[in-house]
Order: sequence, then structure tokens, then C-alpha cells
Amino acid sequence: MALQSLDIVRRSATTFRSPSIGQVPEVAKLIDVTTCIGCKACQAACMEWNDVRDKVGMNRGVYDNPPDLTASSWTVMRYTEHKEDGSLQWLIRKDGCMHCQDPGCLKACPAPGAIIQYANGIVDFQEENCIGCGYCITGCPFDIPRLSPKDSKVYKCTLCSDRVAVGMEPACIKACPTGALQFGTKRQMLGYAEERIVDLKRRGFTKAGLYDPQGVGGTHVMYVLHHADRPGLYNGLASDPGISPLVSLWKSYTKPIAAAALGVVALGAFFHYIVAGPNEVSEEAEREVEKEEDGT
Amino acid sequence: MIRNPKDLERHTASERVNHWIVAICFVLIALSGLAFFHPFFWPLTQLFGGGVWTRIVHPYTGLLLVIFFISMFVRFRGLNRMTPADWEWLRRVREVAGGDDSTMPPQGKFNGGQKVMFWSITTCLLLMVLTGLVMWRAYFTFPVTLVRLAAVVHAAVGALAIIIIMGHIYLAIWTRGTISAMVYGTVSAAWARQHHETWYHQMRGKVRS
Repeated sequence: MALQSLDIVRRSATTFRSPSIGQVPEVAKLIDVTTCIGCKACQAACMEWNDVRDKVGMNRGVYDNPPDLTASSWTVMRYTEHKEDGSLQWLIRKDGCMHCQDPGCLKACPAPGAIIQYANGIVDFQEENCIGCGYCITGCPFDIPRLSPKDSKVYKCTLCSDRVAVGMEPACIKACPTGALQFGTKRQMLGYAEERIVDLKRRGFTKAGLYDPQGVGGTHVMYVLHHADRPGLYNGLASDPGISPLVSLWKSYTKPIAAAALGVVALGAFFHYIVAGPNEVSEEAEREVEKEEDGT
Repeated sequence: MIRNPKDLERHTASERVNHWIVAICFVLIALSGLAFFHPFFWPLTQLFGGGVWTRIVHPYTGLLLVIFFISMFVRFRGLNRMTPADWEWLRRVREVAGGDDSTMPPQGKFNGGQKVMFWSITTCLLLMVLTGLVMWRAYFTFPVTLVRLAAVVHAAVGALAIIIIMGHIYLAIWTRGTISAMVYGTVSAAWARQHHETWYHQMRGKVRS
């Protein structure tokens, strides 16, 4: 929902700047993978607050349930069994929208105002403006948005923008029993993450670190990882995500250049007609043909 | 109806109907495609009943276009084989642009430029339908890198196809006496002799190689 108390700084398919003089602190969700116990309370809270219920699926012999994000499951726990130095590590990552500072979905979207970014950094889909083309799926570096077969609109985590707008924390944060999920200003979260990383390093996780990928301008959902040098261990978390050069080529170059080319060709044709005149059969040639044909 | 008994039949009624179905589809697909092309063109969605309808209508129009284009391709393929005279015509195309093609080498039913347009629009439409299917989320899910590549190609080739068709329409208007070929099916004898001399002689039963 576009709430008046949240300023919109970016709108999809809009070439002018949105009102952006207000200064609002950026918010962030911090997911401390190292203290997550995989209870899925966040998943349940997300369904409850947002009133979405996925179909009951099949047990696939693993804890991942549902097996993937869907239009009704905006966050999903990903479980990875990782063996290292003869010990087993259970790496559990809460997957969902990362709320990129430079969102690929918003860049790709052709419908004005179907995807917006608030001044606090939250990237929100406005389903009433969504046309269901799925370009956002093409633009996303994290494979997050899902097209609903029910209404052909795209859905994803809103970072509970409706709750945040009235000073509450997202539903998943409220439900987390271990404090693995934290929410606050991005600056606070960076500070908190730093403490956690110091603690982890002291415990022997020398490669512990923060996941706040700069390829997308940083994110408003960040991870603390024990193996920050290998994010791919956490169910294929991208190690250096960014908007695909193909998407930039498509939206930033091909389209504006081609649109200008269309205008140039239309004007060029018109002025060619004005300058060179029409390509006509001269009256003389016409008479000649008539004479010739009458003669035979 | 033939206004002048000396006029030459250039396109049969069935060819004309086929052409205009393709033309109507092309206008619809170009306008609906441009709506997603750049925010500048977004108001075009109003022609189709809003953004959602535009998104629904666009790919089906494309399928219809391709089906009827295939039929047109089969009809005209043989007449569009490139000959040495066509290459000669293309080398000297600048002379035509000046507004007079009476000095050009004699051309058959289609000149070198028309043949190039035929093959380039065929290539464009082939690329458009393949990339369009890859992007059609209502029915297909392809690997995301493929969809991204398809999106770039679809946008670039789509614009190119529109430019080619803008040229096609302009040249039909610019070369006076041409529109009647696709409306009534006939052209004047003088038109035929000036622009397509070889074809003119074929039609008059005096074939010259």
C-alpha cells in the first residue's frame, strides 16, 4: 500500500523524479543465520499478518516447506547440510526479498507505479498497478518475485511496509524466538552485525561477515554469515549479485535509443518527402506509354 | 472494378486480404508493444483497455500475425529471390532517393529494395516470435538468463521491424500510384513501366531477359 507516512522516492516506468526532499532514515532487517534454529515462526507470522495461505504441498523428505517461494509464500527457510573438517553444519537461511537499494525489479517494470521504493529503502509491489508481464522476475538478481496463477499479479515480501509505516517491526521479526531476526535503522543493524561478527570470529568462525552486497547498492535485508567468503553455501546465495548487464542493456540503452530512432525515422521520412518530392511518373512518360500501347 | 482497362493487375484479391490482415495485426502489435517499450508510450495501453488487457492481447496478436505472415511468405517467397539486377539496383539506390527511378536498371515484379525488405522483415518476425514465446510468462518459464537475452533481442528487433515497416509505408506513399496496387489490385501501365519494367513487359507478353 502506498502510505502517506512513507515517502516514495522511486517509481517504476517513471522518467521524472519522485518527491524526494524528505530525509528518512533507511531501515534494514538483519538475519543472523548463525542464531537461526529453523523453526519457521517467521514463515507462519508472514502468512498470518499478510493473510496469505499457500496450498498444502507434499513432504519431499527435507525440511524445506514449501519447497520454494510462491505468490503466497513470501519467505521460505532454506536448509543446507554442509560438511567441513569432519563436522556437519546445518546452514539455515531465511530467503525472501532483499529490498535492494538499486532494485532490478523496479528497473525492469514497464507499468508506472507498479513497483515503488520508499525513502526508507523498502521496495514494494503495488498489485493494483501490476499488469502481470513478469518483467520484474526477469530483472531480479535474487529470483524472488512470483507470478500468481490466481490473479496474474506478482507478489513478494513487502518488509511489512504497512507495519513499518506505523512504527512497528515486520511480522517475522516479532515472531522470531531467538533474536536471529532484528529490525531497525540500517545504521543500527550494521552496528549490531559488527558485534555479532566479532563474537563469531572469537568462536572460531574466522570468515564470519556481513552480507550487504554493493553490486545492488547494498540491501535492506542483510545476513550475518559464518562463511561470508562463500555465500553460495547457503542454498546458492549469490556471491556478487547485481542487475544483469542484459537487463541494463534492455532497459537503459536499447529502449530509449530505439524510441528516439523511431522519432528520427518518422521525421526523416516526412522531410525527405518535402525536400526530394514524390517519386512520380512524369506526364511525358505517361503519354509515351499510352502512344506505345495504342501502336501495338 | 477496373477503372482503366489498360491497368495491370498487381495483386489478387486474396493477396490483398492476406496483406491487410498482416498489416492490421502489425499496427496492433506495434502499438501494444510500444506501450511497454518506454514510459513515454504508456498511454497507448488505453487503446487496448488498459495495461492488463494490453499485456494479454499483445502475444495473441503476434501469433495471428505470424500465421498470416507465413501464408504471405509462401505466396511471395519465389518472387523475392535476389538476382544480379537487384544487386545493381541496390548499389545505385542513392539515385532513387533523389526522387526519380526512371534511370534505374529494369526491375521485375519486386525491386532489390523490396526484396531486402521482404527478407529482413521475415528475419525480424522469426526472431520476434521466438523471443516473444520465451518472454510469455502466462504459459512459459525459461531460464532467467535466456529470458533476459530474449527481452533485449525482442526490444531491439521490434524497434527495427517498426522502422522497416515505417519505411515500407513511406515508400508506398512516396512512389505515387502505388497504394492502388494494394487497394484495387491494379497499377497504371506507365507506373509499371517506370518502376518495374521487366515485369511490365512480362505482363504485356513481351518477355525480355
